[in-house]
Amino acid sequence: MIKHALTTRLWHWVNAVAIIVLFMSGLNISNAHRYLYWGDYGFVPKDAWLSVIRFPGWATIPQYYNLAMARDWHILAAWPFGVGLLFIWVAMLVNGHFRRRLVTRPADWTPAAVIASLRAHSADGDDAGHGYNPVQKILYGGVFGVLLPLMVFTGLAISPGFQAAAPWLLEVLGGRQSARSLHFIAAWGIFGFFVIHMVLALANWRLILEMFTGGRIAAPTPTAAPSLEQPAIEGAPDHG
Amino acid sequence: MADIKRRSLLAGLVALGAGACSKIAGSETGQSLFETAEGWHRAAHRALAGKQGLAPEYTRAERSPTFKGNGSVTVDSDFYRQQLAGGFPEWRLMVGGLVEQPLALSLADVRALPQRTQITRHDCVEGWSAIGEWTGPQLSALLDAAKVRKEANFILFRCADTLYGNAYYESIDMVEAYHPQTIIAHALNGEPLPEKNGAPLRARIERQLGYKQAKYLTGIEAVSSLDDVGLGKGGFWEDYAGYQWYAGV
Repeated sequence: MIKHALTTRLWHWVNAVAIIVLFMSGLNISNAHRYLYWGDYGFVPKDAWLSVIRFPGWATIPQYYNLAMARDWHILAAWPFGVGLLFIWVAMLVNGHFRRRLVTRPADWTPAAVIASLRAHSADGDDAGHGYNPVQKILYGGVFGVLLPLMVFTGLAISPGFQAAAPWLLEVLGGRQSARSLHFIAAWGIFGFFVIHMVLALANWRLILEMFTGGRIAAPTPTAAPSLEQPAIEGAPDHG
Repeated sequence: MADIKRRSLLAGLVALGAGACSKIAGSETGQSLFETAEGWHRAAHRALAGKQGLAPEYTRAERSPTFKGNGSVTVDSDFYRQQLAGGFPEWRLMVGGLVEQPLALSLADVRALPQRTQITRHDCVEGWSAIGEWTGPQLSALLDAAKVRKEANFILFRCADTLYGNAYYESIDMVEAYHPQTIIAHALNGEPLPEKNGAPLRARIERQLGYKQAKYLTGIEAVSSLDDVGLGKGGFWEDYAGYQWYAGV
């Protein structure tokens, strides 16, 4: 059985490129006005809740300050990102990925489950099993269910042309400057996930390869004798 | 060792990506990609909001305490200074181009037209926002009075100010020109337009970013194409800095 559906793999790589472009061009855009506010308006730095650092050229697209070009990239990459998110949600609901892998049970949220997940992940054992552990479910669920949609909705809300289509969106988010602040916060939330994701994936190159080939889920064979440290949770971690 | 290799591989990938980005951005394919993406945003906005969909309006209590002046904050000419001091008695707003009936309106003429007052949010491309109460006639009233011809596809705003030695100008399409919230404002928060905000007249196009809100207006022109105006991109920032012509994103 294939571990990663073709739709998952396609979305994963298109989205990876889109997110990198959006994040780096977004840092360039941030440099244009490095102050974040709450509410509808805000333009005086002393009213800001956060003064953001000036992001260096190596971290931005383009690699020097240019608001117009950064916006070109941001406006372009927003399409594969936004449409892609809609696509993967539909695909996950249809192919059962969401139900099988991301839905958590109340027991998954207990400290014991979290500790067990982390212990199993660091136990460098034979992780041929499948399924996400509770920590992975919560992390991936938070990214799919909260951070990525929040990026899309706050991005739409900031756009003055879109506000005429959905004025309620600005109200839900607490005003345009609040939406802009949340856009910034969610971007760094995704960056945080990206770092964890990369560190764990780079620790096991096979996982990256599988994201291209699809990988294979081993038949459940009675392998090594279950050690005492092995946590009593379904499946073993196999993912960054 | 493996770690070092991995790290240099990553650095290499980043550099490769950056190089690829500037190559794409510089190419014609890249430019047309950007323009296509911008066009899709405009089409999506128009489809979802409708041509006449309104930008949110606010209450007086929700206004920002002041209204930032940005870009040009004055016009550097003796005529302007003298007019500003005297309440703009000789200022004229020309309405021309592809029209049957060209107009030359004084400030009193502009004030005598049916007025619209709206409290709206101004979003600068840089990211900040301010909220103010604007008063003035709808642009559609001026265009109807001048009888715009069918060949007109764009409305051009001519301005008295210059930036970096070049005349400021802007343009919008006919959908935006006939939008009910598109007005020629002569007042901000119940007072005559302040100098830094574009006295005596400025455009308000409420579904687009700040650089579209042309200040120090001297003329409104109906044209069929933007190719022969300025450097052909439809506005000062579009011409000289590559900003997006559709400023609704």
